[in-house]
Amino acid sequence: MDIQSCVEVCNEWDIVSARQLGRNMAKELGFGNVDQARITTAISELARNIYLYAGSGKICLEPVEQMGRKGLRIIAVDNGPGIRDIRKVMEDGYTTSGGLGAGLPGVKRLMDEFTIDSTINSGTEILATKWLR
Amino acid sequence: MNAAIIDMILNKRMEIDGLWSEEIADYKSTNRAITPYMREQLNNEFLSLLFNHISQGDISADGTLERFFDKVLRANMPLEYLTQGLQSFRRIVLEIITEEDIQKDAAFETYREVDRWMDPILNSVVENSSRLWERTVSIQKSALLELSAPLIPVFQHISVMPLIGTIDTERAKLIMENLLEGVIQYRSQVVLIDITGVPVVDTMVAHHIIQAADAVRLLGSTCILVGIRPEIAQTIVSLGIDLSLFPTKSTLQKGMAKALEITNQQIVNEK
Repeated sequence: MDIQSCVEVCNEWDIVSARQLGRNMAKELGFGNVDQARITTAISELARNIYLYAGSGKICLEPVEQMGRKGLRIIAVDNGPGIRDIRKVMEDGYTTSGGLGAGLPGVKRLMDEFTIDSTINSGTEILATKWLR
Repeated sequence: MNAAIIDMILNKRMEIDGLWSEEIADYKSTNRAITPYMREQLNNEFLSLLFNHISQGDISADGTLERFFDKVLRANMPLEYLTQGLQSFRRIVLEIITEEDIQKDAAFETYREVDRWMDPILNSVVENSSRLWERTVSIQKSALLELSAPLIPVFQHISVMPLIGTIDTERAKLIMENLLEGVIQYRSQVVLIDITGVPVVDTMVAHHIIQAADAVRLLGSTCILVGIRPEIAQTIVSLGIDLSLFPTKSTLQKGMAKALEITNQQIVNEK
């Protein structure tokens, strides 16, 4: 199982299906209960960001292997407006939509690796990886 | 369709009938509930309706064909049964007509006529089926909303709201409304929100719960969040969500004990 699976996100129910895909893949890879919950929550946050701020995009999931370690990588891509100040969105409590402002910094804490790449007016790509212990 | 073509088709009815029945018999339905006899009946009805339609004309004028499509789709027969039936009917008719010794122009005209006759029928099949699906989806959606978020009065001044399943924006609104209305209606002093059945608690869900609890607090009652599973507790901490504004308990049972304490009530064993 080394193929990427993707879910298009354009409404609220797609968030649920992205999440279910994530849970199934995490289970197959042998993640424990807590890590499964972490991964699904992270997917939920990223998918919701796509839905809220970019309108549409996709969540891709792929099993990864590096130096004998196995893991699951979440790739969230959209062609939305981009993020103006990345340092600011990574601060706890910063929000532009009246939410809790814990989404992105939360995902960073939930996962082991986290990179974010955003260009104004062309979109955002976030990679987040969780390693199997 | 012009009269000559109609006549030609009707004259060849027996032949078309035989070929079509043979072809459609190959179509194996996955639906076990339909016996071979029923299928034969269905096929016969389908075919005779098509012939009627050819001789009598437009679909909207008469509508029996549409009713038939509706019946078939409601009986859970797949859409392919209808589309394949129609397509092979068209192919057979065209094959048989062009076997006749006719000129190129006439053959071309016939193709056009048959196509023009068939296309609205195919469209109406597709439209019918998508309408049926849309209806099913909307019914299920409202059914889902109905079992969404009940507030249940348990003891005097104590109510419970069990939440099960995914919470989206629509449900979150409903939860808030039911909660506040119920608190007034049952004069609850304590409301227990049980999230045992919520699969994922992300910032959005947490935000809605916090808002609901805050609104309950404004009404002068206390909200206790119960049913927090260990893995959910860990993700909430990782996300950095502050739930310290209201009491939380791991199980409904512990929450209930706390609620009884707040309302100065006791459950006593009678000797």
